[in-house]
Amino acid sequence: MAVLGQSIDTVRTGEGESLPLAARLHEWVVTVDHKRLGLMYIASALVFFLVAGSMAALMRIQLAVPLNGFLGPNTFNRLMTMHGTTMVFFVGMPMFFGFANYLVPLQIGARDLAFPRLNAFGFWMFLFGGLLLYFSFLGAEGLYGAGSAPDVGWFAYAPLTSRAFSRGNSTDYWILGILLSGVGSTATAINLVTTILTMRCPGMTLRRMPLFVWIMLVDAALVLFILSPLAAAQVMLLFDRFLGAHFFDTQAGGSAVLWQHFFWFFGHPEVYVLILPAFAIASEIIPVFSRKPLFGYPVMVAATVCIGFISMGVWAHHMFTVGLDPATNTFFAASTMAIAVPTGIKIFNWLGTMWGGRIRFRVPMLWCTAFLLEFVIAGLTGVMLAVVPFDWQLSDTYFVVAHFHFVLIGGLLFNLFAAIYFWFPKATGRMLDERLGRLHFFWFVLGFNLTFLPMHVPGLLGMPRRIYTYQPGRGWEIWNMVTTLGVAVQVIGLLFFLWNVVSSLRAGAPAGDDPWDAWTLEWATTSPPPEYNFESVPTVHSRRPLWDLKHPDDPDGRWE
Amino acid sequence: MNSGAPLHPIPGIFSPVSAPAEAIRDLSWLVIGISAGILLAVAAILFWCVVRFRARPGDDREPPQIYGSNQIELAWTLVPALIVLVLFLATARTIYDVQAMVPPPGALQATVVGHQWWWEIRYPELGIVTANEMHVPVSDAAERRPTFLTLESADVVHSFWVPQLAGKTDVIPARSNHTWVEPTETGTFLGQCAEFCGTQHANMLLRVVVDTPGDFAAWVAAQKQPEARDPAVAAGRAIFESTSCVNCHALGGTGAHGTFGPDLTHLMSRETIAAGAAPNTREKLRGWIVDPHAIKPGALMPAMKLLDAEVEQLTTFLLTLR
Repeated sequence: MAVLGQSIDTVRTGEGESLPLAARLHEWVVTVDHKRLGLMYIASALVFFLVAGSMAALMRIQLAVPLNGFLGPNTFNRLMTMHGTTMVFFVGMPMFFGFANYLVPLQIGARDLAFPRLNAFGFWMFLFGGLLLYFSFLGAEGLYGAGSAPDVGWFAYAPLTSRAFSRGNSTDYWILGILLSGVGSTATAINLVTTILTMRCPGMTLRRMPLFVWIMLVDAALVLFILSPLAAAQVMLLFDRFLGAHFFDTQAGGSAVLWQHFFWFFGHPEVYVLILPAFAIASEIIPVFSRKPLFGYPVMVAATVCIGFISMGVWAHHMFTVGLDPATNTFFAASTMAIAVPTGIKIFNWLGTMWGGRIRFRVPMLWCTAFLLEFVIAGLTGVMLAVVPFDWQLSDTYFVVAHFHFVLIGGLLFNLFAAIYFWFPKATGRMLDERLGRLHFFWFVLGFNLTFLPMHVPGLLGMPRRIYTYQPGRGWEIWNMVTTLGVAVQVIGLLFFLWNVVSSLRAGAPAGDDPWDAWTLEWATTSPPPEYNFESVPTVHSRRPLWDLKHPDDPDGRWE
Repeated sequence: MNSGAPLHPIPGIFSPVSAPAEAIRDLSWLVIGISAGILLAVAAILFWCVVRFRARPGDDREPPQIYGSNQIELAWTLVPALIVLVLFLATARTIYDVQAMVPPPGALQATVVGHQWWWEIRYPELGIVTANEMHVPVSDAAERRPTFLTLESADVVHSFWVPQLAGKTDVIPARSNHTWVEPTETGTFLGQCAEFCGTQHANMLLRVVVDTPGDFAAWVAAQKQPEARDPAVAAGRAIFESTSCVNCHALGGTGAHGTFGPDLTHLMSRETIAAGAAPNTREKLRGWIVDPHAIKPGALMPAMKLLDAEVEQLTTFLLTLR
């Protein structure tokens, strides 16, 4: 039902198909359209995801059995660093910017972001930052083994990063790659905040904004607050490495703990930067497939803002083992546990949305349902880690690795899959295949749990993270073997996903404008939307403008 | 010596044998119990939603549109807040119990220095220096014998962790950290560096041998003995003293006072070499001198490039360092 997007066909005639490949590529390179940039963010993130995921598979092969000789320590340490750095900065962040870019203007009834050219700048800075990081494989020492990629871990603790312990230029590639992409991220965050605050269509007050947009607003604001401290710390590290400064140089009075404070002041809110888009996605998909409005919208907004603020006061829970005094440890235990409350409220509100609905278990909803259960597990292990003495045992072990993969895969990736199945029809005009989608879901969820549930156990048995090998006889073997086998099962799921995307792009069923019978503005225009999104700027009267149109007898505005 | 003592059957954090680790274990069970309850409750609600509220085929009606309820929101804000409060109070108490422990008079003091990639262990009051294998006395109710550790680093950040004895504490350059253990069982307990510290982080293993008071006194006496001097191995000794071994290793009674590598004065009192990467046998010791990187790639000790005969003499000499 192209309620607000009719007459687009006349404009689209003759566009795209007939142009030669080079001209079409040129269009993508020079585009400032938020939808194309959004898709490029998501596509680049998927490529980086496959690369960093392959690294994880290599590491799991090495750890399948004790004293394995598949990878040496140098290669393993570089893969582990690149896997973490890539997944955080070049998969999680661009997925956020990609979905925000594509959906925010559509959902608020705008024609583009506030600063389209700045938007393109942000994307290319991100992409070239990532390519610079990956150039380190060739960089200083040439291509052998894992070349000279960074090997200091994704949080690059000082003084392992100082000239004395990190020779060559690998650490510099780590600094500069992230620094450059961070400039792009800051630009895009400014763009998103400005767009959301100034470009909403008539009638869309802050109280009527889709929760997706609310969460993206908080997320973009969070990026603005935290990326600059990271950039500052990285510049200080560059000063140490090249100009003889001593910020983190412990042999000249610098402080190793200072780096940890700086890094985690960025690093913990960063976890929320990554997971908030997952919350945003779930908050769109669960209502549509439960056929009910989101339960407790104002409370969900409040919980999101609370999470944004509290997330900036919990960073030292990554540092419970550095020997802070008991009062500091107690404070950060309190703040970390406090953040569990608004997060729990979100879970309950999603359940409240499902309660009493008529839930249609299409593929996007399957992912969101699995997310709810996996994310509760992730949250509870998170609370365990907030219990400081328990953390003294669990910190830096495979228990932590299992915990944050539950957050980032069970929490974030499951929702990204949900989002891809949900909005693929809007972006391409074609549906993803339901049967392949279910196979993807089944194998990937099975593989995920087979990998990461057993991974908690070796941590409890004393296995630290980031070790390239281990000795037999400590009860770790069986758990590591099962974990590695789980990766193979996940790969089966991913193959179904890739096959689905490729085949549906060519021959998927036509989607129509509103295949899910949904309620937000992006479903009011064509699939794919025209460059200008809406022929005439829409006016809204409630949080679910399309519900109002479809049910003129019972509009939402009466109840909100 | 306790070298024959069996390892604990399940050497994890749930089989503690030392006061701080036991306090953590007790708190852990509380947290795990509460978490399991929450998980079950949420899973049950979710399961009910999936079964009860799934759309039946052919039923395309919209369900009643419910927008929210302030009472319900209040309930599921307050209940979790109360649970969190309970957890917080239990947490705070254990933090202070463990961190605010004051050494009783006469408690054993030791200093652990983290190096890339081995542990230096000093007992300043006893005048003993050893590596990678720490001995401590067992504690009992009648006479408590906790050991207090000062943790320092010679290079990068490491972390001292023996799961059955205590939670981990980071070992940070230009900073002194503190932890303590109070083992109640004898035996050998395994641990290792828990903070990524470079190439051989994986092989920075640590053993703590908990001795009866008698065994501990005997071990101390043996470590305080002057270095062994066996004229039969003078040739090997001469090789040690005349090559660059002395730059990094210390050996009592020689000019070797190096601090980059482990003190070798009582090398043969230890069960392993290369920070636990290999057992301390003639075979491995010889292999280590010939090419350390075959055993521990990236280790900071260089291959010594000695003639076979020299390696043989040197190994024979090292084997006398009891």
